[in-house]
Amino acid sequence: MKKSKENGAQGALKRISGPVVTAVGIDAHMYDVVKVGNEELMGEVIKIQGENVIIQVYEDTAGIRPGEPVTNTGLSLAVELGPGLLTSIYDGIQRPLEVLVDKMGNFIERGVSAPGLSHEKKWEFVPTVKAGDVVKAGDILGTVQETNIVHKVMVPPNAKGGKVKKITAGSFTVDETVCTLEDGTAITMLQRWPVRVPRPVKQKLNPDIPLITGQRILDGLFPIAKGGTAAIPGPFGSGKTVTQQQLAKWSDAEIVVYIGCGERGNEMTEVLTEFPELEDPKTGKPLMERTVLIANTSNMPVAAREASVYTGITIAEYFRDMGYDVSLMADSTSRWAEAMREISSRLEEMPGEEGYPAYLAARLSEFYERAGRVINLNGAGGSVSVIGAVSPPGGDFSEPVTQNTLRIVKVFWALDAKLSQRRHFPAINWLNSYSLYLDALTGWYDSEVSPEWNPLRAWAMGVLQKEAELQEIVQLVGSDALPDEEQVTIEVARMIREIFLQQNAYDAVDTFCPMSKQYDMMKAIKFYADLARTAQAGGATPQQVIGVKSKNELVQIKFIKDYEPALAQIRKDMEAEFDAVRAA
Amino acid sequence: MKEYRTVAQIAGPLVFVEKTEPVGYSELVNIVTADGTVKRGQVLDTSDEVVVVQVFETTAGIGRDSGIRFTGETIKMPVGKDMLGRILSGGGKPIDGGPEIVPEKRLEITGAAINPYARASPADFIQTGISTIDGTNTLVRGQKLPIFSGSGLPHNDVALQIARQAKVPGSKEEFAVVFAAMGITREEANYFMADFEKTGALERAVVFLNLADDPAVERIITPRLALTTAEYLAFDLGYHVLVILTDMTNYCEALRQIGAAREEVPGRRGYPGYMYTDLASIYERAGIIKGVKGSVTQIPILTMPGDDITHPIPDLTGYITEGQIVVNRDLHRKGIYPPINVLPSLSRLMNLGIGKGHTREDHKKVSDQLYAAYAEGNDLRGLVAIVGKDALSERDRMFLEFADLFEDRFVRQGLYEDRSIVETLDLGWDLLATLPEEQLVRIDRELIQKYHPKYRKKAQG
Ligand SMILES: Nc1ncnc2c1ncn2[C@@H]1O[C@H](COP(=O)(O)OP(=O)(O)OP(=O)(O)O)[C@@H](O)[C@H]1O
Ligand SMILES: Nc1ncnc2c1ncn2[C@@H]1O[C@H](COP(=O)(O)OP(=O)(O)O)[C@@H](O)[C@H]1O
Ligand SMILES: [Mg+2]
Ligand SMILES: [Mg+2]
Repeated sequence: MKKSKENGAQGALKRISGPVVTAVGIDAHMYDVVKVGNEELMGEVIKIQGENVIIQVYEDTAGIRPGEPVTNTGLSLAVELGPGLLTSIYDGIQRPLEVLVDKMGNFIERGVSAPGLSHEKKWEFVPTVKAGDVVKAGDILGTVQETNIVHKVMVPPNAKGGKVKKITAGSFTVDETVCTLEDGTAITMLQRWPVRVPRPVKQKLNPDIPLITGQRILDGLFPIAKGGTAAIPGPFGSGKTVTQQQLAKWSDAEIVVYIGCGERGNEMTEVLTEFPELEDPKTGKPLMERTVLIANTSNMPVAAREASVYTGITIAEYFRDMGYDVSLMADSTSRWAEAMREISSRLEEMPGEEGYPAYLAARLSEFYERAGRVINLNGAGGSVSVIGAVSPPGGDFSEPVTQNTLRIVKVFWALDAKLSQRRHFPAINWLNSYSLYLDALTGWYDSEVSPEWNPLRAWAMGVLQKEAELQEIVQLVGSDALPDEEQVTIEVARMIREIFLQQNAYDAVDTFCPMSKQYDMMKAIKFYADLARTAQAGGATPQQVIGVKSKNELVQIKFIKDYEPALAQIRKDMEAEFDAVRAA
Repeated sequence: MKEYRTVAQIAGPLVFVEKTEPVGYSELVNIVTADGTVKRGQVLDTSDEVVVVQVFETTAGIGRDSGIRFTGETIKMPVGKDMLGRILSGGGKPIDGGPEIVPEKRLEITGAAINPYARASPADFIQTGISTIDGTNTLVRGQKLPIFSGSGLPHNDVALQIARQAKVPGSKEEFAVVFAAMGITREEANYFMADFEKTGALERAVVFLNLADDPAVERIITPRLALTTAEYLAFDLGYHVLVILTDMTNYCEALRQIGAAREEVPGRRGYPGYMYTDLASIYERAGIIKGVKGSVTQIPILTMPGDDITHPIPDLTGYITEGQIVVNRDLHRKGIYPPINVLPSLSRLMNLGIGKGHTREDHKKVSDQLYAAYAEGNDLRGLVAIVGKDALSERDRMFLEFADLFEDRFVRQGLYEDRSIVETLDLGWDLLATLPEEQLVRIDRELIQKYHPKYRKKAQG
């Protein structure tokens, strides 16, 4: 970043109160990036009050004194976009953590800046346009094989474009010109984009393709669309992080941006150690190669935590602009909201509900609005799906962050402590959760899975609903008092829960369940239910029907990779057992 | 060093000083009272106009005549090899009659965050000898696993049993213990000290004592001194360190007191809005670093006010720590020791430390199955209270009996009973074997055939 020597670029600190400091004597605009104190800590202007410029500082301010200098860079907080993003792990303001270890050791000290991308590394650039072609903002000029993912080098969205004068294949750093336009514009592989400004698109489309996650309760019951938004609220230990990590691992997005926002250090380490070892089920390539991580853990500076969410979504939009389907997980948006609250209270702003700033709802909706399935500037498609974890105090969903989030997102995966305590995972409550994309996705399930899928899903939901009603009766009179038919309904519901809904993220096979297998599993449960119904109509008792032993084998199917022969055998055995029941 | 006599206001633990030269944020402050006593404090807010100092001791004796000295540096702690075996006050001063600590280093007590890229994933199974921990909520080296308890429950016994028995099977190294007491009674502190002495643990322990009658604000620095010491022992000297912090509830009360004195907008139940971040700056100081020998494992203890796990103190803690061990009043009333309720308990790092190569391949699935069966049986107790046992199906009755058996044999054990992990898992199987085999839906067939007592016996016989 260039230091400007104009008048008003340099001022002095007047007050330091934790991550919020006040400077005087600088001309500043909102969201300008400033250098604070003798150590030039990075900060951002967040409020201007007469001659007082109020700054949030992205690093620890211990020891900083009034009177130390403050310099305005005149630039907004921005990220560097270009080859080198994938496989990186950044802090909230895009400093590569790996570089920080090299520069300052195992602990994060302050006053060290590090650019988001390597400016030394050379990348093989292959042009896809030639001299004489006319290009406009967002158009693809060429490609770089970044990992197994092809990085598309684009005309920056705010550039005018024009006729290509010169474009060269070869090995370049991100600062070197790869393309010159007739009007003299030099284009490099590096774009800088202010994180608080959404990158432009041509058009937003309605999502109608599911983001397939390999998680049965998600794909099967409460799907999210590519370009959609979902919230996953739950008390501690209910499975927000594991669910998000499962999505980061197995969802059929092409690029994954994972933001650890104010959460645990060890969880990021786990991702860092695990992802390079895991394969993308679609491409067979290491998952890490399609992933960008942002880790601003709970003990790292709160102002940088506030920024981390914007850093992440801007990177996601950049890959979307290349035409990719991107999914972004933010764990946890509550910590982001708390960072806003902490800064706001230092600003002595009028608090809104539960001390959160009055603009909480606006910030949340601006963030989720950056999701979407779009036509990019260059006319191709792309999407950003956003999945935000929410950590409500005491697990109570009536609090402001959960409530404001639910007003915006289209999918609600409600985690339930009662389920997690009995180790029913994913602990997503099937009665409270919903997906507003169901109707839009019906067509996809019809054509890509089976025309039978949608009715099968409706049947399963019906059984679970019925079970909930019956359970209320059972609580009063015991299960033996239920009518025969209902006793079997309870058994079928148990099968749906234990066989279909429960899915162990730590089992090598069960961790990912393809849609075709989901369909086969549910169909097999329905097969049992139908056989049971027929048998009961023929006079079989609930005990006989429930006593059919082969149905107990169905639960094993999820642990078997090539499950088809085993499943066929169980279906045969069930038929045979029911034949025997009828004969008896 | 310049001394100011410009105290403008004193409110609770806060002293407001005017007309100073520029003072650094977070700087250490010495306050000299009329009788010459020196008290320590820290700068919470600094500007040209006024500097706000938080005093770590009682403000008794501080007045407008007190002298204020700004030291120009943040709070540091002298650390050295000879700390092991020592007893220090909650403010870090020796109180065992021994000499001052010979400092080899002076370390910042706030402690910088470990770069997540530098961390190594904790994966070394710690055997505590307690089945409800080892079997179902496994602790690993480098984890932060608090004990959530209630007043009058035997959490101290549980913590001491862990400290006594904790070992990494196959490793000869013993843990060094850093013990930090915050606002506990002299009697409780003595209980810990006596046990440390009896078992010889004291020789490889550093003890920090801020007792109930010590200044409450000092509790803000006690855990930070303890963790600075722990990090030094671990990452400079290569020890595996077990840190016990008790009672974090008293720490949070002190935090609330300071927030109130600063007239901050309070968060839930009057606790500061930044309590999550503040607690994280303590709890996150656990872990392992790539290429560095030692480790810091944390066992904070807290008493849940009103036994309420949704109270902000356990709630925010649970959101930061890697699980929790919940001590339960009902089990305690039933006379079961350790009264650990496994249902709300959790170890998030368990999966990294168990299974083949760590404990045993069936560990995870046995644990899941024990949970599921106990949860089901436990639910049925409520039903039985209404409809009576007779209204239960045969299946339900088996689960109901399983729940009793689980508490009586798996949960219950002696204060000095040190079960190996194999004993714990086999015990788990013995209990599961009381259920029909097809009810064991969490376990794959292969494992059942290998470990279920029915097949084990067959294989042997
Ligand atoms: N046998 C079960 N297996 C799996 N999940 C269950 C089972 N029973 C209940 N649940 C889940 O747990 C949730 C809560 O169950 P329950 O009906 O006992 O509580 P509640 O009446 O809603 O809550 P409370 O009475 O404590 O306020 C249910 O919504 C359901 O999702
Ligand atoms: N799908 C799953 N399969 C198996 N275990 C799970 C699953 N989801 C969560 N868990 C268990 O629950 C624990 C807590 O989950 P986590 O995602 O860390 O909770 P949260 O982020 O909501 O606090 C995990 O450590 C793991 O043991
Ligand atoms: Mg989590
Ligand atoms: Mg109820």
